[in-house]
Amino acid sequence: MSGARPGNPGHHAALALGDDALILAQRLGEWSGHAPELEEEVALANIALDLLGQARALLSLCGDEDELAFRREERAFRNVQLVERPNGDFAHTIARQLYFSTWQELLYGRLAGGTGPIAALAAKAVKECAYHRDHAEQWTLRLGDGTEESHRRMQAALDALWRYTGELWQPVEGLDVDWDALESAWRAGVTGVVTRATLGVPEGPQSSPWAAGAGRQGVHTEPFGRLLAEMQHLHRSHPGASW
Amino acid sequence: MTTTLPERDAAHDDARAAAFDAAVAAEERIEPRDWMPDAYRATLVRQIAQHAHSEIIGMQPEANWISRAPSLRRKAILLAKVQDEAGHGLYLYSAAETLGASRDELLDKLHTGRQKYSSIFNYPTLTWADVGAIGWLVDGAAITNQVPLCRCSYGPYARAMVRVCKEESFHQRQGYELLLALTRGTPAQRAMAQDAVDRWWWPSLMMFGPPDDESAHSAQSMAWKIKRHSNDELRQRFVDICVPQAESLGLTLPDPELRWNAERGHYDHGPIDWAEFKQVLQGNGPCNEQRIGQRRRAHEEGAWVRAAASAYADKHTAHQGAERNGAAA
Amino acid sequence: MSESRTDWPLWEVFVRGRRGLSHTHAGSLHAPDATMALRNARDLYTRRGEGVSLWVVPSTQITASSPDEKDPFFEPAADKPYRHPTFYEVPEGVQNL
Repeated sequence: MSGARPGNPGHHAALALGDDALILAQRLGEWSGHAPELEEEVALANIALDLLGQARALLSLCGDEDELAFRREERAFRNVQLVERPNGDFAHTIARQLYFSTWQELLYGRLAGGTGPIAALAAKAVKECAYHRDHAEQWTLRLGDGTEESHRRMQAALDALWRYTGELWQPVEGLDVDWDALESAWRAGVTGVVTRATLGVPEGPQSSPWAAGAGRQGVHTEPFGRLLAEMQHLHRSHPGASW
Repeated sequence: MTTTLPERDAAHDDARAAAFDAAVAAEERIEPRDWMPDAYRATLVRQIAQHAHSEIIGMQPEANWISRAPSLRRKAILLAKVQDEAGHGLYLYSAAETLGASRDELLDKLHTGRQKYSSIFNYPTLTWADVGAIGWLVDGAAITNQVPLCRCSYGPYARAMVRVCKEESFHQRQGYELLLALTRGTPAQRAMAQDAVDRWWWPSLMMFGPPDDESAHSAQSMAWKIKRHSNDELRQRFVDICVPQAESLGLTLPDPELRWNAERGHYDHGPIDWAEFKQVLQGNGPCNEQRIGQRRRAHEEGAWVRAAASAYADKHTAHQGAERNGAAA
Repeated sequence: MSESRTDWPLWEVFVRGRRGLSHTHAGSLHAPDATMALRNARDLYTRRGEGVSLWVVPSTQITASSPDEKDPFFEPAADKPYRHPTFYEVPEGVQNL
């Protein structure tokens, strides 16, 4: 797997992006059977499946996908903390998706223009990201400009997750991207949607004092340990087994 | 599509009934706006609703393992499968709507226990192997039941079933393949597979419904060509298919009386515990409350989301964006 | 404010399977508005790559012929065989006709 051997920058980047996609897919999968309407069951599962597909392709650049997904300890995961945040209510899930997919679409769009295995994956995935971003955008508009209750919930969700967005601009080793320009584009995109949704762009800090960029360094939030425990339990209970 | 019910005109009823009977006899399909006997409509609504409910309640036992699937490949397959079940529920609720039964009304009946779903989903999925057993046995039984429904006399139901059956074919295979991987695996995996088959075999046989002589709705449904084969006939077909498949897996079906009957050209099987079936049907299965509780909760917790989207639509109907334009031809 | 209206209207979905084919009725679904109806249709009716284009139409906007008009509407078309090419006799050996 050229350009993605452990220790080299390509490996680091594929692992970070692969972990983002894997963990968000895991969270979205938790919606199965709980969505607010049947049509939305199908939509959320589609997004989860896209992300899981991305994760498998990216992790396979780094080694055995299952070995990486099921046998690493918490500290070895490189995903941003945003994607591990619990689903919360539907508004929280949508806010998380809006923040993440807006970023992912912009990033993958830039990566697609490069060369190497990640560029090829990004070129395919960017269309999926655009759809996810649009799904989140449509729902942000409807929840923001819907009822009083939905407006309140959507604003609360945007506010609560805002402090996990700063990490998106932490440069990822091995990705040749203008991170400042990415941040401006992201901010413009999110501000546009949030404003159209009659909501306010949160004003608080985009990271907590000690945890900025910590996900990329392997420091995660409390709920992540339980997510991994659940995800990895069966696989780890049968060492060496094939499934 | 929803259509207003044809006006009632007593003078024409006899002629209409005759036309209906002739169409059914000639294997023509009945379509939503055709005249149909009230009882035919009611039977279909009940059956299609129950079928739709089974699809969406049936998501739960398998979704129970999405987060814990032991490989990413299996996780993707399971997610896609559970998603299909939501899709199948949607196709079927659509078919019911053509008879004038709205989804909201049907869901309400499900949530309040006035309509049933397949009892099989009131059993728990205790291990990963249960996902395989459901795919192989439960989906296998469902397919055996559903293939003849593709020729059901009611057009929208038949068409929904064609789509469902096409999509279901991967469901059964993935279950069988999952079990195969276990039986070729470690002793613990093999034991897990056998345990799952032991628990799912009998409930799968019950999925075909009570024996023919006790089946309340069968005769009329057969006459209307909603149903094409009797419960016992389909059950026998299923058993005959499964026995060699179990042998290929190296698994035992938990029925000491199961043996080939050369005279009949079929496998004989032991007696089914209909008392258990009735208990589960009446709400005393291991998971009845859990399943319906989750379903109701999802619906209630989603109410504010659905209301928000409706409110937004009301505010913005004047302009729906560019996609609205230029659809013709 | 329609706080209590939680059931969405019904839409009919038409899918173009591939370029060169016309849109065909695939089924129906619920959505709060046209934009979401299209997205739901995409997720529900084309998740196995069944389509390249979609239409959604509010079910209430479809005007259907009445089944009771069956005879006057459609039977007259059945006795005009001269509309079909097989009606005409072509001498043996004549080609490209």
